[in-house]
Amino acid sequence: MLRKFSYLIIAAWVLLALFGFAIGPSANEVNLNAFLQAPSSQAFLGTDELGRSVWQRLILGAQTSFLVAAGVVFFSSIIGTAIGIYSGYTGGWVDRIVTKIIDVFLAFPGLLLAIALAAVLGPGIENVVLALVVVGWVGYARLARAQTLSLRHREHIMAAKVLAVPQWRIFGRHILPLLLAPLGVEATFGIAGAVISEAGLSFLGLGVQPPDASWGNMIKEGTRYLLVAPHLVLAPGLALMLVVLAVNLIGDEWRDRLDVRQRTRGH
Amino acid sequence: MASYLLRLLASILLVSWLVGSLVFFLIHMVPGDPVAVMLGDWASPADEQVLRRQLGLDLPIWQQYWNYLSGILFHGDFGQSLFYQQAVSDLLAQRFPMTLQLALMALMIAVLIAFPLGIIAALRSGHWPDHLSMTVSLIGVSIPNFWLGPMLILLFSIGLAWLPVSGADQPLSWILPAITLGTALAAILARMLRASLLEVLHEDYIRTARAKGLSSKWVYGKHALLNALLPVVTILGLQLGTLLGGAVITEVVFDWPGLGQLLVESIQRRDYPVVQACILVVSIAYITINGLTELVYAWLDPRIRVAQ
Repeated sequence: MLRKFSYLIIAAWVLLALFGFAIGPSANEVNLNAFLQAPSSQAFLGTDELGRSVWQRLILGAQTSFLVAAGVVFFSSIIGTAIGIYSGYTGGWVDRIVTKIIDVFLAFPGLLLAIALAAVLGPGIENVVLALVVVGWVGYARLARAQTLSLRHREHIMAAKVLAVPQWRIFGRHILPLLLAPLGVEATFGIAGAVISEAGLSFLGLGVQPPDASWGNMIKEGTRYLLVAPHLVLAPGLALMLVVLAVNLIGDEWRDRLDVRQRTRGH
Repeated sequence: MASYLLRLLASILLVSWLVGSLVFFLIHMVPGDPVAVMLGDWASPADEQVLRRQLGLDLPIWQQYWNYLSGILFHGDFGQSLFYQQAVSDLLAQRFPMTLQLALMALMIAVLIAFPLGIIAALRSGHWPDHLSMTVSLIGVSIPNFWLGPMLILLFSIGLAWLPVSGADQPLSWILPAITLGTALAAILARMLRASLLEVLHEDYIRTARAKGLSSKWVYGKHALLNALLPVVTILGLQLGTLLGGAVITEVVFDWPGLGQLLVESIQRRDYPVVQACILVVSIAYITINGLTELVYAWLDPRIRVAQ
């Protein structure tokens, strides 16, 4: 049941994100006659302090978080995996330098680095993606490197090498497919992390800026009207929590499915 | 032991230098002139020039970098805050204890929540108490603290009027921020503890302990729990650093006068010296905690001690 629930939430999230393209500039139109209205039959989820529909802004926020999550996971997994495979396969001083770089990145609280970068780069959705990719590639690189190290001396790779298969082909055809499962699990949790981080940065005023909608800056604006209009904080917060929860549940499930030991034990 | 501490110190120094330099150069590339921000739109170019010279911002960047490094190294001087007209080290001295207090309280709350949850889940694994506590902890991981915070304020400060809304002036004002910050950590710890306990409960020495007739309390309390704690301690250390990062958001939510709030405000004010110092201090704290975690780990695990 939980599984169905989480796939349903994810499907709804993606649909809302797509639906966001259909919403025109009307979502940003200020209508002071209808400010801070409670949810009613006319305005599902009510209106915010500028009389904008919270429902429409929620959809735009879904779009923002989806785009950021997709961008962050896409770029950081490609960059991280490429670096990790190359480093693990090549070995030697290349590997030592890459490992040191990974260590330095890990010796630094991720969110703080993202905050510092977002502050330096300035607000905006592209800069949020950039900051989170800079923080995010390390996880994939570490995973891909460790897995490649254990795969490097497998027979099928040796055979490919002897047959003079070019290196990029060994990476793509003979190593990468064996990494996809663990990388997929990492990427799933990466989506949850990116969604929360984007909202967090936007909440701090370092991410997506008004009038663009993000669940994070909706919560930030909403906390100022907590007493009179709690729905401004409730709606985006619940949406955020449900998406992150669903993604985490799916990640858990995939990880359990990969873990053969757990499966045979019957948990 | 001594050599370990020496290595730890060396790695703290190295990473701090890297982080400090990185932040210095990143921040000096920010578009936006602090002098213009300080003086406002109507300042004359001559005034801006004078102020820039006073703050040393007209020097070449290498000179500024050297002044910055040597100031910290030789005088423990992080420079002057551009906004507060006060030494940055004084600001840090005021703010850091507040963040530390918050982090420790959050840690305490996390441990208090996580241990019962994790232990119950492991002992009743596969039954409803397990599913319930794991679902609770998954929800705990998924609630962002900038949403949990306002919700707690709504319930306990506005609805029930039990606790203060924000700030740090009243005696009980630490409770809500500490709960907000501690929840995510509690959830991670509980899951970790459950997994680790389940692993340990399948070990031979547990069967031996049961077979020789020891009471459940003794078997679970001493043999199982102590062994299961080892990986949990590592996670605890790693997560304490995350706690410091999370404290930034929590402090902003509750208007808690700690380092995180100072950092965010200073970013908005383009108060370079303060931003640099805040990031540097949090990073050093993070690296130090991670290093010390390994010490605790060695202390807890006799096998590592013997190996040394």
